[in-house]
Amino acid sequence: MRRYSAFAIAREALRHHAGWGRAWASPEPKKRYDVIIVGAGGHGLATAYYLGKNHGITNVAVLEKGWLGGGNTGRNTTIIRSNYLQDPSAAIYEKARSLYETLSQDLNMNVMFSPRGVIMLAQTHHEVRGYQRTAHANALQGVATEFIGPARVKELVPIINLDGPRYPVLGGLWQARGGTARHDTVAWGYARACSAMGMDIIQNCAVTGVETESGQVRAVNTSKGRIECGKLALVVAGHSSELAEMAGFRLPIESVALQALVSEPIKPCMDVVVMANTVHGYMSQSDKGEMVIGGGTDGFNNYTQRGSFHHIEETVRALVETFPMISRLKMLRQWGGIVDMTGDRSPILSKTPVGGVYVNCGWGTGGFKSIPGSGWAMAELVAKDAPGPLAAPFGMERFREGRFIDESVAAGVAH
Amino acid sequence: MLTLECPYCGIKADETELAPGGEAHLKRQGPGASDEEFEGYMFARANPKGVHFERWRHAMGCGKWFLAARDTVTLEVYGTYPAQTAAPPKALMEKIEKRQSDRGGK
Ligand SMILES: Cc1cc2nc3c(=O)[nH]c(=O)nc-3n(C[C@H](O)[C@H](O)[C@H](O)COP(=O)(O)OP(=O)(O)OC[C@H]3O[C@@H](n4cnc5c(N)ncnc54)[C@H](O)[C@@H]3O)c2cc1C
Ligand SMILES: [Zn+2]
Repeated sequence: MRRYSAFAIAREALRHHAGWGRAWASPEPKKRYDVIIVGAGGHGLATAYYLGKNHGITNVAVLEKGWLGGGNTGRNTTIIRSNYLQDPSAAIYEKARSLYETLSQDLNMNVMFSPRGVIMLAQTHHEVRGYQRTAHANALQGVATEFIGPARVKELVPIINLDGPRYPVLGGLWQARGGTARHDTVAWGYARACSAMGMDIIQNCAVTGVETESGQVRAVNTSKGRIECGKLALVVAGHSSELAEMAGFRLPIESVALQALVSEPIKPCMDVVVMANTVHGYMSQSDKGEMVIGGGTDGFNNYTQRGSFHHIEETVRALVETFPMISRLKMLRQWGGIVDMTGDRSPILSKTPVGGVYVNCGWGTGGFKSIPGSGWAMAELVAKDAPGPLAAPFGMERFREGRFIDESVAAGVAH
Repeated sequence: MLTLECPYCGIKADETELAPGGEAHLKRQGPGASDEEFEGYMFARANPKGVHFERWRHAMGCGKWFLAARDTVTLEVYGTYPAQTAAPPKALMEKIEKRQSDRGGK
């Protein structure tokens, strides 16, 4: 692997960029791996990376049925924040956010982490109380957030209309070190670093079956043949129920479509991320100048990666009230991703009823921000066959025990 | 846009007129049930990639709950039937099977 640096750019500029080489290898699968990870989204790749980096396990393959980062990792609105209410959530999301701060250096790839600040608008009195409570909880958790009044919101977001007739802005929860990053580069950066450690990233390789022997995983069947493994991590977001069925267990997950859209590029007008959870709308401006807008999920189970048009209408209608200037914008593209929703709207990092099989799923509408922390915690779970402190609260037995991590306010609709 | 026929009023309602209610035919658990039974009732879901039996409410119409068989990959609605039905009607199951074999496979 060629290191990326200012010096390398200068050198390549002098020789027609002929020397970059491939960022990662595309090998044929070996007969056996110590660990197979299904799904080359951010979470699967980060799991592989920290397995190598933190635990020295490098005989690892990441199997991807499509292309790397082509799932939700390449479809999201890239909001990064860690202002959750419950302690287990704050711990893992803040771990992830802090890893994002130095991820470009760590991976030697510019993931364009931009801690521009995130505001979650309070547009009802209920939300004002809710976010004040979250700000207090965050203070105890060591996550830097503050509750700010409407005047400060206006200062941070000059294009906002504070006095909408339906949704006046009453304040907001402000996390100054939240922001965005370039989504597909996060996947590419991890893939390149994994490949450099000798791991195999195998695209166009769909897992079609899981082979077990007396309750212990033996191998997976794939579109590229049978591959043996010591351990198996299922990290496939919206397709988790399908993979769990192959392994012979059920998950507390439902898959639904979540949509986003972007406008034509315009001059810089908003340099923070704004989320309006009451109306299910979120907006930020990309480096290219597009307004990136995310909406709410469909209410019914869906694997189509499309989503219903009326959700877009609802989101845009509400955002136009809060940001009147966007009423004149043309929208360029709309797309959807299949997100994995759990009963308490918190993720699952867990052992399963099958020996040697682990799941990482349930990140739903909000798992881009958690990629580094989730990979970190998942790698420990897989390496030690036991969860560390970050993953332990997220075991799937919590649904049987009634020990929920209820983030439905913080994560049920928002990213 | 998704369109389902309400089995009570016979109206072909589009999804903005309806409220989705999740998986149908779950076995309801009460006092005395085990933790596993409650987990199954409350949280474990089939979440199939294919035919899904589910609950809907004609929220902006007659207000009643009904059940539907819908494909989660094609969004084809195979049929709807009243909520007071313990299992999917036989005729509907046959229709689904026929549609699937017409398409060649599951
Ligand atoms: C429109 C939208 C907006 C979002 N906005 C945000 C946001 O602003 N902030 C945020 O934090 N989160 C956001 N999210 C959520 C976030 O995108 C996801 O939680 C996160 O990307 C999940 O990553 P993953 O690696 O688990 O899954 P994915 O990236 O979906 O990767 C799973 C991979 O598994 C592969 N796979 C599936 N089945 C198989 C099989 N049988 N064999 C082999 N491979 C298989 C898939 O092809 C896929 O590539 C958003 C999501 C969407 C859809
Ligand atoms: Zn009706």
